[in-house]
Amino acid sequence: MSRPSTAGRRRSRFLVAFLLVALVVAGGLSYLASSAPDGLDTVTLHGCEVTETPAGEQLDGTCVAQHATDHPLGSGPLADYTVGGGAGSVGIAGIVGVLVTVLLAGGLFRLLRRRRGPSD
Amino acid sequence: MSRHVAMHMSDGIVNAPTSLLFGAVAILFVGWAAVRARADLDDRTAPMAGLVTAFVFAVQMINFPILPGASGHLLGGALVAILVGPWVGTLCITIVLVVQSLLFADGGLTALGTNVVNMAVIGVFAGWGVAVALRRFAVRSRGGLLATAFVAAFAGTVLASLGFVAQYALGGAAGATTGTVFALMVGLHALIGIGEGVITAVTVGAVAAVRPDLVHLLRTAPRPAAVTQPAGRGDGSGA
Repeated sequence: MSRPSTAGRRRSRFLVAFLLVALVVAGGLSYLASSAPDGLDTVTLHGCEVTETPAGEQLDGTCVAQHATDHPLGSGPLADYTVGGGAGSVGIAGIVGVLVTVLLAGGLFRLLRRRRGPSD
Repeated sequence: MSRHVAMHMSDGIVNAPTSLLFGAVAILFVGWAAVRARADLDDRTAPMAGLVTAFVFAVQMINFPILPGASGHLLGGALVAILVGPWVGTLCITIVLVVQSLLFADGGLTALGTNVVNMAVIGVFAGWGVAVALRRFAVRSRGGLLATAFVAAFAGTVLASLGFVAQYALGGAAGATTGTVFALMVGLHALIGIGEGVITAVTVGAVAAVRPDLVHLLRTAPRPAAVTQPAGRGDGSGA
């Protein structure tokens, strides 16, 4: 490969900007996210009263979520978008998630990509 | 506290046979997508696809309020389909769901198949189908592109929510009737679909403004027959 063309430099600049936006969203904007249950959780919690207890959440009533089981990896270091369960660590967890995702997806798509053939 | 940051279906919501069935469907479809995606991945689009995946992961973290006590977040199906095509898009959303489940304990392990089918298959392909149906407006003007992105994202979100209703009807745990689940899922996801539509339109609009050649929906548009095109589809770099 020779020096990158102008279009190549423009392309890298765009990709770097795209990554920065993702990092800012996951690392900063995530602190502003609503903590209310999402659409699916609202449906599965329908019919239950949620109370916070030291042992976790208590669901009183009848709802689908009572049948949900704990995540087998729920004690992992980044579980629930925190770093070791620490309060206020969602942004760091988000940044780690973006970096892991971009490396994993970027690597996979690089492996899958067609090499530029003579007909292209 | 734990479930408040969860965004996807947990284990135990549908029974084991249903989880297995959708797990098998997900594996087959994602494998097929990996084969088909190769045609859409080259030196230019592969890095874009990687970043789109990370972007969807990031934006999915941002729950926005839809009703008092209820929120929604991006699913991303139409967004990835419009930007990188449906086959690559299925892989993007699947990667996001796998990372969320394995690393962040969000979305159950046995529920991974159902979550993949709903968001990475139904959401992506429903969004893509609508986007292709409206493509003649999308290529005509910026407003047309934004409207296409909005409608495709809205439809993809509502149809993805119907995937869960079908799975619940097939093998759901007790706790609510299928009718209640249907009404609540569709109602809530119609509201979430508006947010999904806005985020998708803004993102597609931003990419199209600076790099229209990186928007799969526009790049793969059939050329008008009357216009003669020079051979090849170079990106103008002359390289």
